[in-house]
Amino acid sequence: MKKRIVLSPYLMWSVFFIISPLSLIFLFAFTNVDGNFTVSNLKNVFIYSDVFLASVWLGIISTAICLFAGYPLAYCVSRTKPRIQKILITLIAMPMWMNLLLKTYAWVTILEDNGLINKLISFFGIERLTMMNTPGAVIFGMVYSFVTYMILPIYSVLIKTDKNIIEAAQDLGANQREIFFKITLPLSVPGIISGISMVFIPSVSTFVFSRMLGGGTNLLIADIIDMQFLGSAYNPRLGSAISLVLMALVFIFMGIINSFDENKAEKTMIAL
Amino acid sequence: MLIFLYLPIAILIIFSFNSSKSRALWSGFTLDWYKMLFSDKEILEAIQNTLIVASVASILSTIIGTAAAIGILKLKKWPQKIVMGITNLPMVNPEIVTAISFMLLFMFVQKTTGLLEQGIFTLILSHTTFCLPYVILSVLPRLKQINFNTYEAALDLGCTPLMAFWEIILRDIGPGVITGALMAFTLSIDDFVVSYFTSGATQTLSISIYSMSRRSISPEINALSTILFSLILILLLIVNSREGKEKKEKKQINKSSSM
Repeated sequence: MKKRIVLSPYLMWSVFFIISPLSLIFLFAFTNVDGNFTVSNLKNVFIYSDVFLASVWLGIISTAICLFAGYPLAYCVSRTKPRIQKILITLIAMPMWMNLLLKTYAWVTILEDNGLINKLISFFGIERLTMMNTPGAVIFGMVYSFVTYMILPIYSVLIKTDKNIIEAAQDLGANQREIFFKITLPLSVPGIISGISMVFIPSVSTFVFSRMLGGGTNLLIADIIDMQFLGSAYNPRLGSAISLVLMALVFIFMGIINSFDENKAEKTMIAL
Repeated sequence: MLIFLYLPIAILIIFSFNSSKSRALWSGFTLDWYKMLFSDKEILEAIQNTLIVASVASILSTIIGTAAAIGILKLKKWPQKIVMGITNLPMVNPEIVTAISFMLLFMFVQKTTGLLEQGIFTLILSHTTFCLPYVILSVLPRLKQINFNTYEAALDLGCTPLMAFWEIILRDIGPGVITGALMAFTLSIDDFVVSYFTSGATQTLSISIYSMSRRSISPEINALSTILFSLILILLLIVNSREGKEKKEKKQINKSSSM
């Protein structure tokens, strides 16, 4: 009896604010203005297949950069003394609490044509670089903002690694490299996986960087969704269809990446 | 790496004291931007809105979420899985999808009933919704650790259920509840995407920063970010020192109990 009372406000809330909004996306995506069933909205999404490809591509690149920069860093931090570890992790995590738009805006002042970097290099007589309004700038913004989401989960898995296994391997004559590739790396796969999903999902679905650093020239999925709802191309039905495809994309991605995790976990279990 | 992470923040802070409007040249120390910030009605109103939304949304989501966590814990296996699946939805879904789903809901309700015009109220509703899973997930692990026998014992000894809940369960899950509430508060303050789609004409801090960044940003924003960053720094220091104290206390309790 009691459990019903404590749970019911939340259940009502989630029916009204989680389930019904998502159902509305489905409803809008599959109906036309007259309210009849149609798949033409979904078909029209294909007009934007270039944008989808570009977004996924930028997402993959920024996720890869975050992984290759974040993993060694997480590894190094996990090797230091516990006291230093705590300080380093706090320092790494703190910029996360700063407003994303403010940090991105700060990068605008650094990267723009009259920005700090160009002022600095023209002082040394080097020709000015155009960094703003390029795909590179968009990727840069993503990496800067999301690399912490890669470092933290990998770090938290790495510090939980059983030291006895590593010592056993050392006793049995494994060298540093073998230990890393055969023990540490496989055992940290769960951390890598949650890192990848925590970087990739926001990367494919953001419009902050393409607007502020990309100058609106490199359209991403979120840009075209925004255009259908608050922008010039007002068409919530098409916008819902695009969102639906984006949602499907993310769920497929999660499915693939999680199955990878289970396989690995089973393999290491057998290997052990 | 740390330089890379802190460079933009450092630059915001340095240029908040710059006496010229230039964003690249240093021309002397001033506090003018801070003075201007505190007399800028638009920004002050945005700050006020942000704080109202964050406080109400974090209180609401903490109350509903804590109650929900208790209910979820007592559910049978399958209902529990379903409820947790729904809870996880807003966390897995791309933020922009959640945002436009709210917008569709508010548009739909407004068209059919005339209620829920987009503004501070819809902001509170949507922020509460995306904060709820974080509250539930920070309370649940604490709940799993506690011993419900103590609660039953309190009831046997004549406590009313409410008193027993207050004195025993809430004391045990307290840290989880506080973490959840703090998380909700910061998530709400930081949010841009959901606010952007559900605020109507109401300005929050993130929205005004965004719209300014499309025109030209006044150095007042630099001053604002310096203040925000210092606040976060202080908050983190307090949380850290509290954690330290808690650990020490626990150690002492362990020592005394082992004696």
